[in-house]
Amino acid sequence: MSHAHEAPLAAWSDAGWFGFLRQTSAVAEADIRKLLHDPMELLTRMVQPVLWLAIFGQVFSRTRAIPTGGLRYLDFMTPGVLAQSVLFGAIFYGISLIWERDLGIVHKFLVSPTPRAALVLGRAASSMARSLCQMTLVYLLAFLLGVQLRFGIGAFAGVAAAVMLGSAIFSTFSLIAACIVKSRERFMGIGQVLTMPLFFASNAIYPLSMMPGWLRSIAVVNPLTYQVDALRALMIQGGTSMFGLRIDFAAQLFAFAVLVAIATKLYPKIIT
Amino acid sequence: MTSVSSELHPSASKVSAAVQTLELTRKFEDLVAVDHLSFSTASGSIFGLLGPNGAGKSTLIKMLTTLLPPSGGTALVAGFDVVRQPREVRRRIGYVSQMLSADGDLTGYENLLISAKLYGIRRPERTQRIAQALEFMELTQAAGKVVRHYSGGMIRRLEIAQSMLHRPAILFLDEPTVGLDPVAKQAVWHRIQALRGEFDTTIFMTTHDMEEADQLCDVVAFMHSGRLLAQGPPADLKARLGPDASLGDVFIHYAGASIAEEGEWTNVARTRSTARRLE
Repeated sequence: MSHAHEAPLAAWSDAGWFGFLRQTSAVAEADIRKLLHDPMELLTRMVQPVLWLAIFGQVFSRTRAIPTGGLRYLDFMTPGVLAQSVLFGAIFYGISLIWERDLGIVHKFLVSPTPRAALVLGRAASSMARSLCQMTLVYLLAFLLGVQLRFGIGAFAGVAAAVMLGSAIFSTFSLIAACIVKSRERFMGIGQVLTMPLFFASNAIYPLSMMPGWLRSIAVVNPLTYQVDALRALMIQGGTSMFGLRIDFAAQLFAFAVLVAIATKLYPKIIT
Repeated sequence: MTSVSSELHPSASKVSAAVQTLELTRKFEDLVAVDHLSFSTASGSIFGLLGPNGAGKSTLIKMLTTLLPPSGGTALVAGFDVVRQPREVRRRIGYVSQMLSADGDLTGYENLLISAKLYGIRRPERTQRIAQALEFMELTQAAGKVVRHYSGGMIRRLEIAQSMLHRPAILFLDEPTVGLDPVAKQAVWHRIQALRGEFDTTIFMTTHDMEEADQLCDVVAFMHSGRLLAQGPPADLKARLGPDASLGDVFIHYAGASIAEEGEWTNVARTRSTARRLE
């Protein structure tokens, strides 16, 4: 009986900015703890970049048909492969929301006083954590293949920032798709349809200057283009940014803000 | 001003009904799932909502727990409006859905930890409440195990524990013992009764299990086609039909011949898969 009439909580510590940040990190923590229990998923992510760099890259390095602005082709495409690996990892992230909805786990989050924006940002944050593992892997692989990498705190921090932002953008995009299609089967279909155009309508493996006009106009509104542009300057010796780093990051931040606003609106609809 | 201040003080609302609806309605295109429902439940009671599949029970619970916006009418939960003050409602309720809300890939302890953090419960209170919840639900031994390896009864007890960490005024349980064997069922019932005794929590539950309703609930209500047909203590409702009537007879009396013909395919699939996972 000692607990009878106990106040729910003295002061609502879920309120305010710090409360918001704590809730966001709790959402991310749930996902990261799961990953720690079963890290297999991260290992399967290693396969794709290995194929692209060790096979596609090796062959295309010999063609010298692609204007890379003075870079070796393997060096040119390494940032593209990193961005692609992050994109492919993030774009299917939304399926976990559908899966958790089917189980009933999403309901638990939605009946809690956690703001919807914190639910969305928390998922983006866990996707960011995953992307750092992918970044480490691609660095290792690139180093082994003799890619002319830039080393230094500034370079690493910049690459990490671009990678995390890219991962946040595409995982949130994926969350939106999940809230719209609502079923696993349809989501898998959509995911397949989206990834290849996003990848090919970007500067990941060839420069914008090689593209026909219509494709270039798609590429310049594709956030992946800005991610790759920033990565090329930050990651590779002699690499340069076409738009300038400031525009690269501003464009990505803008895309992320818009996507978070849409996802926050759509998130509760996943269960209806 | 008086009406505003009574809205802001949960203690003031405690005196009044735990749940109060007025003309609450939810439509899905042509189907009226909840039809101008007006009712209230007393604070501190165990309230059981009975009715055939498709009666609108789950839709009603989803509206009361802010998961689904009503098409019309109002609902006050713990004294707050579910549409205008959803966050205030969420702070004061717990909800255990028909499905599995515990995360199978996390340990029992981790499930409780994440829930506590979502409700803004800080250390050292968090540590203490989690330890207490594990003990109360007899899960201390299993706290470090991944939930996938729990039995059905353990998962249900964990889910109730995680919905109680923030000491909600009202706990919503959507078919809490579906798929459990009689022993596990008994354990869950005992914990529900103990919760009410210990924390003075109002319990709002749906069930198909007449024995459960009879043993556990102070008040039951029969729902059919989106409307409440009868409400009262189980003994009173049985007495209305005759000296030997069971709650099952009352159910059949109100549900009539149209029983269980309306369940949607997805609902059936979900209930069955939940039951299977809990076995």
